Amino acid sequence: METDDTTSRLTGWGRTSPSSARTAEVSRSDVATFIKDSNRRGVLMRGLGRSYGDAAQNAGGVVLTLKGSAQEAILDVDAGVLIAGAGVSLHDLLKVIVPRGFFVPVTPGTRFVTVGGAVASDIHGKNHHGEGSFGNHVRRLTLMLADGTIHEIGPDQNPTLFWATVGGMGLTGVILDVTFGLIPIETSLCTVNTIRCRNIDELIEEMSHGDDDHRYSVAWADLLSTGSRLGRSVLWRGDHTKLAELSSKDAAQPLRYEPRHLASVPPVVPSFGFVNKLSSSLFNELWFRKEPRRKEGGHKSIPSYFHPLDAIGSWNRLYGAGGFLQYQFALPFGREDELRQIIEKVAVSKTASPLVVLKRFGAANPAPLSFPMPGWTLTVDIPARAEGLGTLLHSVDEMVMQSGGRHYLAKDAHTTPTAIRRGYPRLDEWKQIQRSVDPGQLWQSDLARRLELI
Amino acid sequence: MENAVGEVQNILVLGGRSEIGVAIARELLTPSTQRVTLACRRPDETLDVEASLSRDGLRVDSVIFDGADTPTHADFIDNVVATSGDLDVVILAFGLLGTQEECDDDAQSAVKIAHTNYTGAVSIAMEVTKRFRQQGHGRLIVLSSVAGERTRKANYVYGSTKAGLDAFAQGLSDAMVGTGASVMIVRPGFVHSAMTTGMKAVPFSTTPDVVAKLTVKGLRAGKRIIWTPGILRWVFMVMRHLPVTIWRRMPEG
Repeated sequence: METDDTTSRLTGWGRTSPSSARTAEVSRSDVATFIKDSNRRGVLMRGLGRSYGDAAQNAGGVVLTLKGSAQEAILDVDAGVLIAGAGVSLHDLLKVIVPRGFFVPVTPGTRFVTVGGAVASDIHGKNHHGEGSFGNHVRRLTLMLADGTIHEIGPDQNPTLFWATVGGMGLTGVILDVTFGLIPIETSLCTVNTIRCRNIDELIEEMSHGDDDHRYSVAWADLLSTGSRLGRSVLWRGDHTKLAELSSKDAAQPLRYEPRHLASVPPVVPSFGFVNKLSSSLFNELWFRKEPRRKEGGHKSIPSYFHPLDAIGSWNRLYGAGGFLQYQFALPFGREDELRQIIEKVAVSKTASPLVVLKRFGAANPAPLSFPMPGWTLTVDIPARAEGLGTLLHSVDEMVMQSGGRHYLAKDAHTTPTAIRRGYPRLDEWKQIQRSVDPGQLWQSDLARRLELI
Repeated sequence: MENAVGEVQNILVLGGRSEIGVAIARELLTPSTQRVTLACRRPDETLDVEASLSRDGLRVDSVIFDGADTPTHADFIDNVVATSGDLDVVILAFGLLGTQEECDDDAQSAVKIAHTNYTGAVSIAMEVTKRFRQQGHGRLIVLSSVAGERTRKANYVYGSTKAGLDAFAQGLSDAMVGTGASVMIVRPGFVHSAMTTGMKAVPFSTTPDVVAKLTVKGLRAGKRIIWTPGILRWVFMVMRHLPVTIWRRMPEG
């Protein structure tokens, strides 16, 4: 290969299942060269590597990272629309758009994701119940196909290929740039209401009735407590703060945006890590008790409300050499009993770390592989070396399948092709579209091999 | 592909009738496992093994493989990959034990053991790891033996083949760092199995199931070398340094 490349061992954010690939950072004009020189193991784009499992790995093949600059993004202030390169991170974009009175339409729990990755995983955030996932806000995108041709697609321009690309895990082509709508904001603060729930039933009840009054809603849950405290949780609901709500002092600089970096976890952590039953139980107890029973109208900054973990660099190292996985699934409404059973199963196993999130989803979008469905999604971080974890997750997989639920591809690091086939009934339809634009199977990933996506 | 908890989808056992090899494959089976390929000289003799592994959603096949027939090894790996896809775990478990008396009577018996256990193993391991480099992942488990730690007069031909294989595998393991693939060496003590039926057991003997459990545990923890049982590591630290006059008197068996 003529362009600079090197062999790298890659993992996802969970630091499990490493594989090796030739990697290079490229500008959009270089991509075609790598496509031409690729071997039978194919090519894959990788953003910031925040997928937890093997979605951004391509063992034995080529893995490219697209250079991007937020400075080159084009902001149409009147229309509230942004055109950004796929390699640009939300972190860099927010620094540009928040001071100008805009927020990204969807943000996950970290701002260290790229725009291309946001489309490929069709990411969701705390506003899914009202505003859907990232793909819902994309007006247009530029896609390079396996034959090197470049196409403009969108919801009203080749919608079939567009929706196959949204949530398509990078397997339809290279997303080069994306045009998407923004949320206008008056201030860089969020007004947050906090409610502490004694158990999962209280939480479900609360979310079912109050979520729609707020733009954002998400709950943290304690998945180590059992019995009457099963799924005790803290629900935070918020909205962008209006200028009129601020005191005159704060109103002087209403759009100030200065995400802080508190510390980084050093590269060397004891191999057993710091996340264990004891530390997690202790954390959960303190975390639950520090919150008020009910509080209305506190102000939080964008980083502290949306991206609290981003203040600590490389926090994934806390799990030690064994790494961790983030198990995320969705169940449709009406399956609350099954949700409770799964929570109980995980709680009894005492494997979960303190990072557990429950979210109520709104309507799905037309993308065949988009994860969100009307219902509930639970996200649990677990140390990968936890005793009996494989068996536990296979049995939870089974419960998810039987309840008509599904797993999130951007997080998955464990499940089986069967679970994905059952969870995504439109998989075959997506495969057909994928094959029609990539008959030579140029785009490949470890995730696609493991779950037989292509 | 291997998942985050070390479950694998595709397993190849070189030495499809090896009790230890099959026990390791069985220990590796999870709902994620899709295929086990048993490779041996006479695949029609592995029907009972196939049946013992069989479960829903798992495909078990037997294919012809002769460890001693090194010129066929490259095509063999190509064919297995063409049929089953990426190799997640390959268990190198074939080998001849023979007896020292046979070797003493007929030098060709010794040559045959040396050729199969060392040359054949080197040949197929090179082909397997070549494939691993191409696919960017994969784990090779090499069954060595404590017999190679210090050869005994009772079975020094066999012991020397394992000594050579062990040294080879250590180098190969180091060479794999950075390729996404890895090589793990397993050094069992005396294992009660068909191969050793009628032989006198020595202290710290073990069974194929125990070897398999420790092997899979070691594999998931990313170990480079494991001893089964684990205590043999310390036993041999002493044995290695015994004066030869004492070592020579080690029991036959």
